Amino acid sequence: MAVRDYLRERFFPHIWCPGCGHGVVLNSLLRTVEELGFTKNQIAVVSGIGCSSRISGYVDFHTLHTLHGRALAFATGLKLQKPDLRVIVPMGDGDALAIGGNHFLHAARRNIDLTAIVMNNRTYGMTGGQYSPLSGVGTAATTAPYGNIDPGFDTVRLAAAAGATFVARTTTYHVQQLVKILGEAIQHQGFSVVEVLSQCPTYFGRKNKAGSAVDMMRQFKDQTTPVGSEAKQSNPALIERGVFVREQRPEYCAAYDEVVRRAQGGR
Amino acid sequence: MSEQVRFVQGNEACVEAALYAGLGFFAGYPITPSTEIAELLALKLPQRGGKFIQMEDEISSMCAIIGASLAGGKAMTATSGPGFSLMQEALGYAIMTEIPCIIVNVQRGGPSTGLPTHVAQGDVNQTRWGVHGDHSIIVLTASSAQDVFAMTVEAFNLAETYRTPVILLFDEVVAHTRERLLVPEPGVLPLVERLTTSVPENVNYHPYLPREDGRLPMSDFGGIHRYNVTGLFHDMWGFPTEDPKTVHELLRHLVDKIENRTHIIAHYQTYHVEDAEFLIISYGCSARSARQLVEDRRLRGDRIGLLELQTLWPFPAHIVQQLSAGKKAVIVAEMNTGQVTASVKAAADDPDRVFLANRLDGQFITHYDIRNVLRLVQGKGV
Repeated sequence: MAVRDYLRERFFPHIWCPGCGHGVVLNSLLRTVEELGFTKNQIAVVSGIGCSSRISGYVDFHTLHTLHGRALAFATGLKLQKPDLRVIVPMGDGDALAIGGNHFLHAARRNIDLTAIVMNNRTYGMTGGQYSPLSGVGTAATTAPYGNIDPGFDTVRLAAAAGATFVARTTTYHVQQLVKILGEAIQHQGFSVVEVLSQCPTYFGRKNKAGSAVDMMRQFKDQTTPVGSEAKQSNPALIERGVFVREQRPEYCAAYDEVVRRAQGGR
Repeated sequence: MSEQVRFVQGNEACVEAALYAGLGFFAGYPITPSTEIAELLALKLPQRGGKFIQMEDEISSMCAIIGASLAGGKAMTATSGPGFSLMQEALGYAIMTEIPCIIVNVQRGGPSTGLPTHVAQGDVNQTRWGVHGDHSIIVLTASSAQDVFAMTVEAFNLAETYRTPVILLFDEVVAHTRERLLVPEPGVLPLVERLTTSVPENVNYHPYLPREDGRLPMSDFGGIHRYNVTGLFHDMWGFPTEDPKTVHELLRHLVDKIENRTHIIAHYQTYHVEDAEFLIISYGCSARSARQLVEDRRLRGDRIGLLELQTLWPFPAHIVQQLSAGKKAVIVAEMNTGQVTASVKAAADDPDRVFLANRLDGQFITHYDIRNVLRLVQGKGV
């Protein structure tokens, strides 16, 4: 099946600005599903609110476009009710880690089998470029006209500390790595987190004089390094990409099956 | 005897009824005075192969039951005032996306943390208008364990019939009073099961295309049909739209599907209303005291009757109008500053003859409290 067969083409054109990185994530996600050989009926995409969350409308899977920050909570109910579904939860950085931060932590703690994709463009694009919990100190935003003083989260360390059993990071520049990581994340039994650095040339890029979409993707190339590389030793400012956590822990739905067994008199 | 006799709290009656109605999924967060519902379902749901999850807050609890219900399970959450406030956004989502679910709000004193272990009925208008935007909603209440059981089963039936969230608005007194409950045998109370689509696999299913009778058949999300669900205004495919005609029609549909059926959804009980000169209108725990007053005064020859409301929203204005007509006075007994009283005044032919008997101090309203207002209205001293 070609990638376009997974798209709901009659709902195009999409709402994303020219140069937006989210289309790269969409493309990579569909290639991943195709490579894994899943049928459309096996996949559910649950999203929140924001530019990234519009991804659900464009894909021909079971799609649930929910509330800002709450996608993981909806997905938790869905997954418990239908554990055989592969549930993918694309979120923006504000969606996942500001308004939805608590749900993110608790989904990771439970190790419920969802694939969280944090499409990190370091801004609230849909509302016009306010600072997010991943913007970082010193960045410019419409709500930080004198420079942002809010330190950013490190998504990878946060997810790992909260108990996610698969944690990875890559960028829209590294599309082959993105497909590989998404494939592993979707197949992983447990809560998986994939942070994807995604460019927003319209708001974050313009406000921060980061250049065009191409310039921003080049920065992803220049400012990142494979996890554990020697380059990181000599240049600590580099952002590591790759798989950071890959471990096995009881998955929540499977653990609940055990609760049912005990409740029904099993030993 | 075929029925099972139990001695239970209202909260337990609610649990028994939810299981009777086929509850398959519960998500919740501990909060007084509703917590027993979560505790009992944590015990009983997995015994039947159902799912219980304690979420990180009431927001996620509400979201989780929507996700589970959409995928085919009858789903419920239970909370009290502060938690109910947190649920409003997701409650609006369930209204907009027409996903059946049950929200129990066991009222306590408010606003804010208020009086967690004391009784109040201050959330009546919040159940109607807590969600932003125009909408309609069904809210049921009850004054005894037996009625809690009946209204809980009815809530599940209405939720499935109209594809809508239904709120069970109980209160601390009814939730924690232990009394007799007869649990009906399975099959005695009718159950409405989900209307599922007859559209076969590989044929386009439109999640928001009504049948001729106006009902919207569902297809378990994640099953044989792929479709989109969104809290945005949407078309029959479930896809976002800003088309003015579609937007208008959807909003009208969401309101009219409930408001136009007020006469069907209206549940109430009457005591001695036929020859009454004075009418008490009450609901929930307050109706227990109101009934006591009516029985006491009838023994003394007073012609006084009671209308006990069990459906609060859509407000049964036609019943109130009919039963209040020609009365010397109507007294609304409730534990708030007059939330139902305002609706009664709007429905009554003579709003000037509608009076409020209330208590706002966290103490259960007694028949003396209502009697005092009755005597004032009658021109007698308290």
